[in-house]
Amino acid sequence: MDRRTLLKSVAGAGTLAIVGKFPTPALAQGAAARTLRFVPQANLANFDPIWGTQYVVRNASAMVWDTLYGFDDKLQPQRQMVESEEISADGLTWTFRLRTGLKFHDGEPVLAKDAVASLARWAVRDPMGQMLIAIQQELSAIDDRTFKWVLKKPYPKMLVALGKNNTPVAFIMPERIAKTDPFKQISEYVGSGPMRFVKDEWVPGAKAVFEKVSGYVPRQEPASWLSGGKQILVDRIEWVVMPDPATASAALQSGEIDWWENPISDLVPVLRKNANILVDIADPLGNIGSFRMNHLYPPFNDVRARRAILMAMSQDDYMRAIVGDDPALWKPLPGFFTPGTPLYTEEGGDILKGKRDLDAAKKLLAESGYSGQPVTCLVAQDQSITKAQGDVTADLLKRLGMNVDFAAIDWGTVGTRRAMKTPPGQGGWQMFHTWHAGADCVSPAPYNAVRANGDKAWFGWPNIPEVETEIANWFEAKTLDEEKAAIKKVNKAAVDNVVYAPTGFFLSYQAWRKNVTGIVKGPLPFFWGVAKTA
Amino acid sequence: MFAYVVRRIIATIPVMAVVALVVFSLLYITPGDPAAIIAGEQASPADIERIRASLGLDQPFLVRFGEWVWQLLHGDLGTSIFTNLPVTTMIAQRFEPTLSLMAVTLCLSIAVAVPMGVVAAWKAGTFIDRLIMAFAVFGFSVPVFVIGYLLAYVFSLEFEWLPVQGYTPLSQGVGPWFENLILPAVTLGCVYVALIARITRATMLEVLQQDYIRTARAKGVGQHDILYIHALKNASVPIVTVIGIGIALLIGGAVVTESVFAIPGLGRLTVDAILRRDYPIIQGLVLLFSFLYVLINLAIDLVYTLLDPRIRY
Repeated sequence: MDRRTLLKSVAGAGTLAIVGKFPTPALAQGAAARTLRFVPQANLANFDPIWGTQYVVRNASAMVWDTLYGFDDKLQPQRQMVESEEISADGLTWTFRLRTGLKFHDGEPVLAKDAVASLARWAVRDPMGQMLIAIQQELSAIDDRTFKWVLKKPYPKMLVALGKNNTPVAFIMPERIAKTDPFKQISEYVGSGPMRFVKDEWVPGAKAVFEKVSGYVPRQEPASWLSGGKQILVDRIEWVVMPDPATASAALQSGEIDWWENPISDLVPVLRKNANILVDIADPLGNIGSFRMNHLYPPFNDVRARRAILMAMSQDDYMRAIVGDDPALWKPLPGFFTPGTPLYTEEGGDILKGKRDLDAAKKLLAESGYSGQPVTCLVAQDQSITKAQGDVTADLLKRLGMNVDFAAIDWGTVGTRRAMKTPPGQGGWQMFHTWHAGADCVSPAPYNAVRANGDKAWFGWPNIPEVETEIANWFEAKTLDEEKAAIKKVNKAAVDNVVYAPTGFFLSYQAWRKNVTGIVKGPLPFFWGVAKTA
Repeated sequence: MFAYVVRRIIATIPVMAVVALVVFSLLYITPGDPAAIIAGEQASPADIERIRASLGLDQPFLVRFGEWVWQLLHGDLGTSIFTNLPVTTMIAQRFEPTLSLMAVTLCLSIAVAVPMGVVAAWKAGTFIDRLIMAFAVFGFSVPVFVIGYLLAYVFSLEFEWLPVQGYTPLSQGVGPWFENLILPAVTLGCVYVALIARITRATMLEVLQQDYIRTARAKGVGQHDILYIHALKNASVPIVTVIGIGIALLIGGAVVTESVFAIPGLGRLTVDAILRRDYPIIQGLVLLFSFLYVLINLAIDLVYTLLDPRIRY
C-alpha cells in the first residue's frame, strides 16, 4: 500500500463515522455551536498584513482590520469605512469622509489621522500605493472624519487601490501602530474589523483565535466579499493549523473541525461521500500556474527560445499534474489574465492553443542558437504545485532536446536563488516554477508577474517596452472599454514576447460540515454571515 | 558523586559552545531567505532587500554570530523572525505537548517492552519468542506515519474511541490529556518498544546463562523472582543505556507523530522553522535538544550507580 492509498483509506473511513458518537472536547454543546473551528491553508506565522504579505496573513487580517473600500464579488470597490468621497474636477484631489460609529477594538474612535497613517504605511509596500506615492502631493487629515489625498496627476484607479483584496490590503489601524516602519513588524494588534485577535491564545504553527467584537458597527448593505455588512454570527473562531491533509480530512469527518479551506483533490471524493460534509469550489478566481524563464541569459534571452517553449508546452499536461483528472478544476489559459473576469482576453494567445508542434519548436530553438548548454531549472519539491510543474517541464525540455540541469530544492531555496542575477553556472538559473492567485491576475495593478520593466520586473527580469506602455495605458483608462482595449494589447505583447509561460488555470476546493451555513466562494475565506448549529 | 555531577554539568559548556558555533555556521551557509518568504510572491526584489536589512540578515557572519552569542550570554535566545515573539516563549508554548508525548511514550514503552524482552528470553526459541521478535521487527520496519494512520483509522474513525488529533493541556484534566496522547504515544512508541524489547532479550539471554542464576534455580527460587529480581537487575545497565539513546529516536519520531496527530509540539515547531528559515528558532531548538541530550546522558550515568553498586564516580 503506498502512502497516497493509505491517506485515502484513512480519510475514507470517516464516512462510516457516526456524528455525535465521537468524544468531543470540553465544550458545552451551546459553546461548541458558537465556536467555529477552521483549518486554514497555511500556518499564521505572523500577524502584520503590511509587513508580511502571505495570503494566510491577509485572510486572518480581514477579520480583524476593516478597509476604507472593499471589493465585492463583481470586483468593484464599494464603500466600507468610508461614508462618501469627492474628487475634484481636475482629478487631482480626493477627499474621503469616514462613516460614524467606527471604533477600534480598544474603544477609541477611528479618526482620519488613523486612516492617513495606515495608508501611508500601506503605500510603501503596495505596488499601487507606490504609484500613488510617486504622484503624491499631500496626504493629510482635514478633521476627525475627513482626509484628503492630493496628487500631481490624476489616478483613476484610486478606489481599486484602496479596496482591492490583493496583498497588501489597505487595512486601517490606529495611528500609533500604523506609524511602525513598513519593513518592521507590528507587535500590537488593535483592530478595526468585526473580530478581535486573541494574542494570548496564539500559538504560531498550531492555533490562532478570534473573538467577535460586540461594538463593531457593520454596514447595512448585504455582505459581498470584502464589502457590505460584516455580520459575525459566531462568538469565536479558532484557526487550527493541520499540516497533514489526511488528519484534517479525518478531523472534518469526525466533527472535530467545521471548515477546511483547502482539501487536496485526492481526498475530495472521500469527503463527498460523507453525508455530513459539503464540498465546493473555494475561489472562483482560482490560480494561474507559471514557469518563468530568465530573460538575462541564454537560451531564454532570445525570444525565439521562449516562443519554442510556448509552442511545445501542453497546458493539459501541467494541469493534470497539478489537480488530477477532475475537469471541473482546470482549463487551458491562452493568456495571462484570470478567466471569467472583465478583462480576460485571449488576444495573441494562439501559440498556446491547438495541437502542440514539437518539431517546429525544435527548429525555432535551434534558430535561437541553442546547442545543448545546460538549462538550470529550479523546482521546489516541498510545494506540490511547483513539483508537479517541474516534472512536466523537465520532460518537455528533454523532448525538445535540451540539456536539463534539474535543481530539486525546497521553496525557501528557490526564494533565494530566483533573486540571483548571476549567470546560471554561478548560482543563477534559467527557469523556476510558481503560481499566482487568480485574484492577483484580474488586472495589471496587483500583477507584478506580468510586468516587463527590466530590472524592476519580477524574477526573470523581462524588458518589453510594449507591455509596459499598454499597462500604463490601462492605468490611465477611464472606462471599461478603454481598459479592455489596453489589456488586449498587454496580453498580445506579453504572449508574443513571452513574459512568462502560463501553464493553465486551476481551481481548488473547500469543504465544511453541513451544520455550518453561509460559506461563500471567494478569493479568501469570508467569515461574516457564517453560522453554525449544534 | 556531587563533585562528579558538577563536573559533568560544567563540561556541557564547551559542548554547547561547539554546538552553537556549528549550528550557526550551518544555517549561515544554508541557502534560503526568510525575507523572501515574508515579503510574499508579489514583492519586488527591492522590498525583499529592505526586509532583509531590517532583520539584520545583510550583516556579516561575525556580526550576526557575535550578537547572537551576546544575547545567549544574557539568557536570551532571540526573537523569531516571523512571529516577532521571543524564542523562549515559543519553546515554552510547545514544551508541554512534546514533554507529555515523550513521557507517556517512555512509560508505555518501558512498561511493555521490558516484560516482552524478559518473556522472549525466558521462552527463547519458542513460538512466543518468535512472535515477540516478529513484533519487534514490525515496530522497527513500519514507518511512524503508517502506524499513526492505521491507529487513527481503527481507534478514531472506526471505533470512535479516541480523538483524531489535537492536544489538551494537563491543566484541563488528566483524562482529556491522556485521551489525546494515547494514539500518538503508541505510534511513537512502536520503534522504541522494539528497540528495548530486543536489547532486553539479548541481555537477559546472556545473564540467564550465568552460574548464579543456575544456583538460584537449584536453591528453588521461583521463576518470577529469577527473571525479574535476580536476572533483570543485572541485565539492566545495557537496557538503561539503550533507553537513553532511544530518547534521541523519540525526538526525531516526534516530528512526524506531531504532524500526523496535529500536536502543537517542538517537533512541528522545528520543521516549520527550518522550512521558513526562522534562524533564531532553529538555533534555540538545537541548543535545547543538545542540552537535554547531555542531561539525559548524565542522568543515565547516575542511574547506573543505583543499578550496579560496582559503578562509582
